[in-house]
Amino acid sequence: MSDVVEVRGLRKVYPMGDDEVVALGGVDLAIARGEFIAVMGPSGSGKSTFMQIVGMLDRATSGTYLFEGNDVAKFSDDERADVRSRRLGFVFQSYNLLPRTSALENVELPMVYAGLPSEKRRDIALAKMDIVGIKALADHMPNQMSGGQQQRIAIARSLVNDPALILADEPTGALDTKTSRDVMRLFSDLNAHRNITIMLVTHEPDVAAFAKRIVTFRDGHILSDVPNLERAA
Amino acid sequence: MNLRATLRLAVQALVRNKVRSLLTMLGIVIGVAAVIITVAIGAGARVSVQQSIASLGSNLIVVQPGSVTQGGVRTGFGGASTLTPQDGPAVAQLPGVAAVSPIVSVHSQVVAGGNNWQTQITGVAPTYTYIKAWPLASGRFLSESDVASIAKVAVLGQTVVSQLFPNGSSPIGKTIIIKGSPFTVIGTLTAMGQSGMGQDQDDVVLIPYSSAMERLTGLTTVNLLLISATTAAQVNPVQTEVTALLARRHRIVPPQPYDFQVRNLQAFAQAASSTGTVMELLLAGVAAVSLLVGGIGIMNIMMVSVTERTREIGLRMAVGARARTILNQFLTESIVLSTIGGAIGVIVGLLGTVLVAQLAKWPTLIPPGWIFASVGFSAMVGIFFGYYPAQKAAHLSPIEALRFE
Repeated sequence: MSDVVEVRGLRKVYPMGDDEVVALGGVDLAIARGEFIAVMGPSGSGKSTFMQIVGMLDRATSGTYLFEGNDVAKFSDDERADVRSRRLGFVFQSYNLLPRTSALENVELPMVYAGLPSEKRRDIALAKMDIVGIKALADHMPNQMSGGQQQRIAIARSLVNDPALILADEPTGALDTKTSRDVMRLFSDLNAHRNITIMLVTHEPDVAAFAKRIVTFRDGHILSDVPNLERAA
Repeated sequence: MNLRATLRLAVQALVRNKVRSLLTMLGIVIGVAAVIITVAIGAGARVSVQQSIASLGSNLIVVQPGSVTQGGVRTGFGGASTLTPQDGPAVAQLPGVAAVSPIVSVHSQVVAGGNNWQTQITGVAPTYTYIKAWPLASGRFLSESDVASIAKVAVLGQTVVSQLFPNGSSPIGKTIIIKGSPFTVIGTLTAMGQSGMGQDQDDVVLIPYSSAMERLTGLTTVNLLLISATTAAQVNPVQTEVTALLARRHRIVPPQPYDFQVRNLQAFAQAASSTGTVMELLLAGVAAVSLLVGGIGIMNIMMVSVTERTREIGLRMAVGARARTILNQFLTESIVLSTIGGAIGVIVGLLGTVLVAQLAKWPTLIPPGWIFASVGFSAMVGIFFGYYPAQKAAHLSPIEALRFE
């Protein structure tokens, strides 16, 4: 079975007037099913660009990106949108929930775009909310919830299509230490008990400590790629 | 994404911003209501113009004497003296003819007491007020016995009344002198105003046509025959019948030219009616401008909405919305706004029309086609003005949209 993600010689270059800025200077990486990988690095290291390309929100300038064995370069914009709605889950630092929209409807959103009927959407959404422990908040609006609760809604939303990969971009950046730990434990659980593949982007060692493997970026290249022997729990 | 799901997304988004949605709609509401009200007033005015033209004689048929040639010089129509008062009763027998009046016109000075006035003296039959739909203001009109007895009686138009009797006293029973003959005033006509040609129709003295022939022209012929057909549809058949009848009576054998000419006023009525239509379109055009402004309002708000919801759009894209789906959602939002606004506008417009009709006592008429047209047009406004903002939303880069503060 092919890896979830396999990139070879991945480059991303932004034109800047006559000059150009190299965000990724040839990255090789494979993420196997069931991995929990943390991508670290200072700002400007290329880790966010990497996540955007892996998440099909952006295209690489050159290099190969195989997602579940398929060449992403050959996907049209619509096909990439379809993969995002069916095979990928996103969790963002700022939760990105729709305002004035109930938790349940927020969780259902990816399934709306995947074209699932509303009955089924509701059942799946409630099941995933149960997993992340916020089923009781289904009817609440985002502004009635704490940051931790909102991030759990976002995590439930990322789970609804049983994604091949969850991309978490600084998921704890807006949370306090205790809540951060709770959220990271949730990711660990999801990875350990439900075999969900997770790629976490962070610059905080405390947060990266929950992952099984830590990849560090610097100046658009992978500086190190090591298993995490001292996992936090 | 099917239509229902898109509609649901759009309505959800609109409901989330109730006040803004309502304010945006207001522009379209006012625009559509303005269209409906102005069109209703315009159409009402056109219909009332048509009605007054009909009463002025759209059923009217005019017979003029033909042209004569004397020494190689041809006079125009009316130059010949070929119509006799006896043609009148003969024409009156034809089916579809409601009334006939011979007309004898003379321009003359009229004297009453110390005042004199140069005016039109028209010899007519008692049917004249019926044919012209011209009610009396006071007294009585000419009778058959006045015609038979060549009576020296007169009915005055309002302009003549004010010129000859400036002190406001009633002219009824007073004597006026026309070409040396004393006539007794038996009645006055209501004010008719200007004719379509700008003539003062009230500057007239009506007397029996027999008296006009006997005492003023001294001729045995009349200037015109005025014929009123029973209905507008009868005008053309009657015109044909009259032509045939007069040809027989005047013993005209083809290829001899007719010594008379028969015309009707329907062309004039059509011209007046098309003037009304132009007026109506002009009003609707003005109203359409306000609808346009409403549409620009929608575009404005949709642009703000797209900017404000940039992160939302980014998120929707991240969780799998295609560009097309985003475009459809925003487009649907603006169509829903403008269509609901249009529907409310129709209701407001109808109420406003009723109000105008009641308070200003203006004639109004709402052509049903305009109701559908204005709702349809407002939906088009939604598409037209919603497209650019929707396009802008759909072409956002998801990364930049998600990063947008």
